[in-house]
Amino acid sequence: MIKLEDVTFSYASSKPALSHVTLEISDGEFVAIIGENGAGKTTLVKHLNGLLKPESGRVLVCGVDSRETTVATLARKVGLVFQNPDHQLFAETVEKELSFALVNFGMLKAKISEKVEWALEEFELKQYRSRSPFLLSGGERKRLALASVLCYDPEIVILDEPTTGQDSRQKHRLASLLKRLNEQGKTVLIVTHDIEFVSDYIPRVVVMSGGKLVADGPTGECLTRLELLERASLISPQLAEISWDLGLKSPSIDLDSVVAGINDMIRGLHG
Amino acid sequence: MPIIEVQSLSYSYPGSKEPSLIEVNFKANEGEFVVISGPSGCGKTTFCRALNGIIPVSYGGEFKGSVVVDGLETTKHQVYEIAQKVALVFQNPENQLFCTSVEREVAFGPENLALSREEIRCRVDEALEMVGISHLREKSPDELSGGEQQKVAIAALLTMRPKVLVLDEPTANLDPLSARSFLKLLARLNEEMGVTVLLVEHRLEMVSHLADRCVIFDGGKIVLDGPPREVLYSDTASRLGIGVPKTVLVAKMLKLPEITKAKPLTSWELADLVRGIKP
Repeated sequence: MIKLEDVTFSYASSKPALSHVTLEISDGEFVAIIGENGAGKTTLVKHLNGLLKPESGRVLVCGVDSRETTVATLARKVGLVFQNPDHQLFAETVEKELSFALVNFGMLKAKISEKVEWALEEFELKQYRSRSPFLLSGGERKRLALASVLCYDPEIVILDEPTTGQDSRQKHRLASLLKRLNEQGKTVLIVTHDIEFVSDYIPRVVVMSGGKLVADGPTGECLTRLELLERASLISPQLAEISWDLGLKSPSIDLDSVVAGINDMIRGLHG
Repeated sequence: MPIIEVQSLSYSYPGSKEPSLIEVNFKANEGEFVVISGPSGCGKTTFCRALNGIIPVSYGGEFKGSVVVDGLETTKHQVYEIAQKVALVFQNPENQLFCTSVEREVAFGPENLALSREEIRCRVDEALEMVGISHLREKSPDELSGGEQQKVAIAALLTMRPKVLVLDEPTANLDPLSARSFLKLLARLNEEMGVTVLLVEHRLEMVSHLADRCVIFDGGKIVLDGPPREVLYSDTASRLGIGVPKTVLVAKMLKLPEITKAKPLTSWELADLVRGIKP
């Protein structure tokens, strides 16, 4: 369980990057945090593994106050995958990259190799086992960064912009993997600008704007509110736009619902 | 005469067993706006690099066939000659910018062509104006947002007065609003200056209605090439799993191409079509 209670944070004396944010995410939820550049998304996420501590208010992760623990302790529970894999990868080989955290956590050798094999298989990196991470393609490096975090089995997985530079098939694969992790009971949070990815795959959305939380709810509801999207400088999901342009009675981000709505409308036109 | 003519181009990177491009044939006419897409690893980036000669000149590898740009065959001319015809914009603008101010960055190209001071000033002013970043002139590129940096990269290339702009996923690291404004800028440059645009882009919903033509790569080959409507409504496009716009999916499910004989690409085209359906 993640709990933010009236959290405020500023980087300098200037205007707060997070302002009175209250948010609760239960175990096993799948949530997207969206908002324009500078909305406070990354600042929020950095509070969850203790990299940043609130100026006022409280952050509780699995019942522990982030001010009363260390990043190292929180890191075992909260795995953070950065947007740019090059900020994260450093080992000589893919295999060493995957085992690094596990060795540091003092895991047994047999267990480590089991985890590493799982990750190589799951993320289609087997053929690169002994290769330098820096010789992989952009998409492959992105998968390796994610794999190296999932390897140590954190309860909460946070991904910053996981879909940049991925084609639609890879996005679909990523979504199924995250869904599977989620079904295994892990809490999955993604920070993203990819409104189509959110509307296609993620059930709950938290909208940030100017350091404030401006909406929180089911994705289908939030992303069909035009005034909210405009206020948060977000672009609309394509299906919402189609719904509005046609003046559908119930705007939706679900393909089948939109098609059904249009069919009703056509019948109405002729009725 | 086409501005770009690629004939039976095959290419393998040094040390690679698999070719990255296989027998590619491609032509673009002056002033065309072509969007290029396809799954990761399909050869799009390699193709872009071949268009201004850095493949094979800088990369080596095994190169067969020919690439002719505005009458110059890339393997028979120096990269600086080709660079005046074809400008290449990369995914990450940070890799392309290195000067301490936007103005210097933009002036770097024409300075290296040893043009007169007057001419350089005139080209810099024009390029900054065209891209809409005159107010950033004194700034350092690393103070700018990703979208602004990408505009600086374009302005720096425009001072070379290229005939062709080749852009390899220029919006991949931009937020959606910046991406949209950047793509509109490209459409405007294409329209107003007549510059030929070859754009690699995954987000087809943002760009397909702006382009004259859509080319899809798969496995090092061009598998589709035609007007965006024909390409995106084809069975091959849906089979390949490229990012077909949702409008296309909706229109297909409603059987609009059969009923109305039209293939909408945008939500407003779709809305007009639906409203026009007669019983």
